[in-house]
Amino acid sequence: MTYVRSFLNIIALPLILLFIWFIATLGETSFFVPTPQLLVQTFIDTWTAERFLSDVFPSLGRLIIGIILSILIGIVGGLLIGSFRWLRAMLEPTLEFFRAIPPPVLIPVIMLLIGIGDEMKVSVIVLGAVWPILLNTIEGVRSMDEVLADTSRTYGMNKVNTVRYLILPSAMPQIMAGIRQSLSIALILMVISEMFASTEGLGFAIVQFQRSFAIPEMWSGIVLLGLIGVILSFIFQLAERWILGWYHGLREIEQAA
Amino acid sequence: MTDESSRPGTEPRGKAPQSRDEEVHRLHRWEASPVADRRGRDIRRHTDVSTSAALDIPTRPDPAAPLTSVAQSGATGRATTSGPGRAVRRRRRGWGNKLLGAVGVAGFLLTWELLPLTGLVNPRFMPPASEAIGGMITNFGLTDFWVAIYDTMRAWALGMFIAVVLATVLGFVIGSSTFLRRFTNSTIEFMRPVPSVALIPLAVLLFGVGIESSLMLIVYACFWQVLIQVLYGVADVDSVAMNTARSYGLGPFARMRHVTFPTALPYVVTGIRLAAAVALILAVTAQLIIGTPGLGAEISRAQSGGNYVSMYALVLATGLLGVLINLGMRMIERKVLSWHSSVRTEVAA
Repeated sequence: MTYVRSFLNIIALPLILLFIWFIATLGETSFFVPTPQLLVQTFIDTWTAERFLSDVFPSLGRLIIGIILSILIGIVGGLLIGSFRWLRAMLEPTLEFFRAIPPPVLIPVIMLLIGIGDEMKVSVIVLGAVWPILLNTIEGVRSMDEVLADTSRTYGMNKVNTVRYLILPSAMPQIMAGIRQSLSIALILMVISEMFASTEGLGFAIVQFQRSFAIPEMWSGIVLLGLIGVILSFIFQLAERWILGWYHGLREIEQAA
Repeated sequence: MTDESSRPGTEPRGKAPQSRDEEVHRLHRWEASPVADRRGRDIRRHTDVSTSAALDIPTRPDPAAPLTSVAQSGATGRATTSGPGRAVRRRRRGWGNKLLGAVGVAGFLLTWELLPLTGLVNPRFMPPASEAIGGMITNFGLTDFWVAIYDTMRAWALGMFIAVVLATVLGFVIGSSTFLRRFTNSTIEFMRPVPSVALIPLAVLLFGVGIESSLMLIVYACFWQVLIQVLYGVADVDSVAMNTARSYGLGPFARMRHVTFPTALPYVVTGIRLAAAVALILAVTAQLIIGTPGLGAEISRAQSGGNYVSMYALVLATGLLGVLINLGMRMIERKVLSWHSSVRTEVAA
């Protein structure tokens, strides 16, 4: 019974919205808003296997490389900067400035310096997505539990073990928080960098549809982008639950206390 | 390893000069309160911008979101550093840190200045820092520049306003009913990760290069940001406080005003601060890609016109604008919540 009810809760509103959409577009042929049937049909027709190969996979590849690079650079850099108080104090204002620059603004700059190839798009993604991870890692390292830090020092833990068993775990909640923010920025930058200067890719395809007034196709592209966003956040939640399982458990205990 | 792994939330806010004894007494009271209670009550955790996020809060990304990190509260679930001593130490370090920060900025600018001279990058594509800064200062005297700033800020402010009002009203309505919360949850969770830039083609079709295009993107992106925060804030209401209010005969509106609103306020303000940064990103993006007038459009024009010094100058200016917005929002947050914090600490006693 409870399962049925929670299932109804999940499914009810989307169904109602779909129904409203269906009724609203019934009978009239609006130029801007396709009917649900037409959109589904177009989606299947448009995003065929070869289009996936030519547009979607290259985009996703750049996105994934960009994200992985951002995570690596962010965590390694953050651990380094966070471990030295003077280094952190020295770099923090500069880093805050870089974070405050709206990342799309960097696209023209990087285009000048690197050209318009794949490297440019990956660099744009990294340059936009690295800051939240970097700054959150610094913050996470900084706000480590002092008792734990002193204990590990007293026990004579070596550098590698300290990083592995003390610093990384205690900074992990914040690092994950940074990664979550970076994911959405990376996705935005993937699309924009392709809209700006490209001959292939998801962003390019959508803009192309819009310029040729292929409205249902454009909508199908928007839906696909939305789906990618949803899937990305779903994967992230799975990863987070796996990596931070201990943390959530600890919090539950704390809350129950 | 850092010796300054402080938990900044525990330091006195330094606003109202408190006597040492009072502060110690307050901290003792706080430490003595049960953990679960502390989480709900201790508003400093919500307010301090340098403390960090909790993972069940969607904004967890953010260093200033409500905090419940184990890292912060220590493995023992107890604040690890506290008291006036820490505050004094930190104050003494303040100047040194500022100086080091200035050195860092100077080092960055020097690297930028020297990089084109060494020939590692083409000086035409990357003019030295002095030229870019000079260009920016020249810009400050030009009307066009200020018009671009005005256009950008207008789209930013309008978009923020619409999104915040919509999200706050809807958030309070949805949040105060368990049924509505469950009913809308799946849709909200599905719509939230949809990247707002996906709407760019639609915005172009519907509005062309008008400001409405920017507004549409900004409102869509900021709306979810704030809505989620409001929902969490409303859900955080202390049930004892709510029941007390009910048995004292407070009506629904009075309960909203005196119980729900104060609880949700820190969350709402955090949401607004996050939305402010997102709004600027999208305002500039719309100008870059669609060509609505503003800083982004100027940058793209300077770039396609080969006027690279001016392009770097504009990028610098945009970054400064971002810094200013961040600082401004943090100031507002501190203002709004410091009032709040004093109220809440009293309640916690």
